[in-house]
Amino acid sequence: MSGRKPYTRSMSGWWKRDPFFTAYMVREATSFIVAAYAIVLLVGLVRLGQGKEAYDGFMQALQSPISVVFHLVTLAVFVYHTWSWFQIMPKTMPMIFISGKRLEGATITRTGVAVAVVVTIVFLAFVMGVTR
Amino acid sequence: MSASEIKTIEIEVLRYRPEQDTEPFWQSFQVPFSHDTSVLEGLQSIKDDLDATLSYRWSCRMAVCGSCGMMISGKPKLACSTFLRDFYPNKVQVGPLEHFPIERDLVVSAEGFISKLEKITPYIVPKEPRTIEQGEYIQTPLQLKQFLQYSGCINCMLCYAACPQFGMNPKFIGPGLMALVHRYNVDSRDGAREQRMELVDEEDVGVWSCTAVGYCSEVCPKKVDPANAVNQNKVNSALNYFGRFLKPQGGQK
Repeated sequence: MSGRKPYTRSMSGWWKRDPFFTAYMVREATSFIVAAYAIVLLVGLVRLGQGKEAYDGFMQALQSPISVVFHLVTLAVFVYHTWSWFQIMPKTMPMIFISGKRLEGATITRTGVAVAVVVTIVFLAFVMGVTR
Repeated sequence: MSASEIKTIEIEVLRYRPEQDTEPFWQSFQVPFSHDTSVLEGLQSIKDDLDATLSYRWSCRMAVCGSCGMMISGKPKLACSTFLRDFYPNKVQVGPLEHFPIERDLVVSAEGFISKLEKITPYIVPKEPRTIEQGEYIQTPLQLKQFLQYSGCINCMLCYAACPQFGMNPKFIGPGLMALVHRYNVDSRDGAREQRMELVDEEDVGVWSCTAVGYCSEVCPKKVDPANAVNQNKVNSALNYFGRFLKPQGGQK
């Protein structure tokens, strides 16, 4: 007769066990705010389709204190998302060799962040130029 | 602390004796150690001098065999390459690897891991068999580099203890074995990629169970970077899926 009696541990609260898991859950949870922002943009689009009056009302609602706070939080979330995405990006890519040497993960992360910063500045400048 | 100076540290071990315990419990030991005493040696001195009933796995003592993976103060580590001096004056907590059933004390059941290992065709199936007269299989240094990193895996299962998705779904092939799948798939001599991709694509088993937590690569003692292998295969699996529609028979597998 076998004396085996394997004990299986519970997974409840697993994301509190290690700071790494907690950081991961924070990263995942911020997606809800990204989704909320997408909904706000969609509402804006619908209001635009309903005519000038509806769209002006939407623009006015954006200036309420709650909306301003929401947008500031969203900005912080997007900055964090940009950072965490480029952190994980080297893991998603095949090996890249440049003259026989492998491109380091840290280089990929730094390049990604730099490109994101440049694109953001160029885009902001363009939008501000158009709307002036 | 000079190399020979002997101090005493508290080691707390998670005990589980299937014939008498209904659940695991922490047991504390006062263990003498010096500058170069590993956690594994700490356990050995418990077994030799304090409690001979303590069970744990070990073999090489030099981070090659992959037997002594444990949770050391909450982190998946090899007991042989983790040193007691780094915890002193605090205590060290030693538990069996997370996400595996506990067999006894620090020994976990590796059955699931082994049965998956058997399924992934973990060897080269020659693309074109050659006779001895035809000579060796030629490979360029770049072709070697494509898989060398992934062939460093010692099956220590630390990455599984770092993977909550495996913890919640034991069917998931998991980081280490997915790195091994990748190791053979990208080997220029291999011809069994298609049969391995069936597992990679499979729901609940393959790469799509991974949510890019990324901790597996952090804890790997051999820098295999299993997260990289898994995520490259998400791309391969997606291409496989859409590629079926382009083939004449179209997804009739």
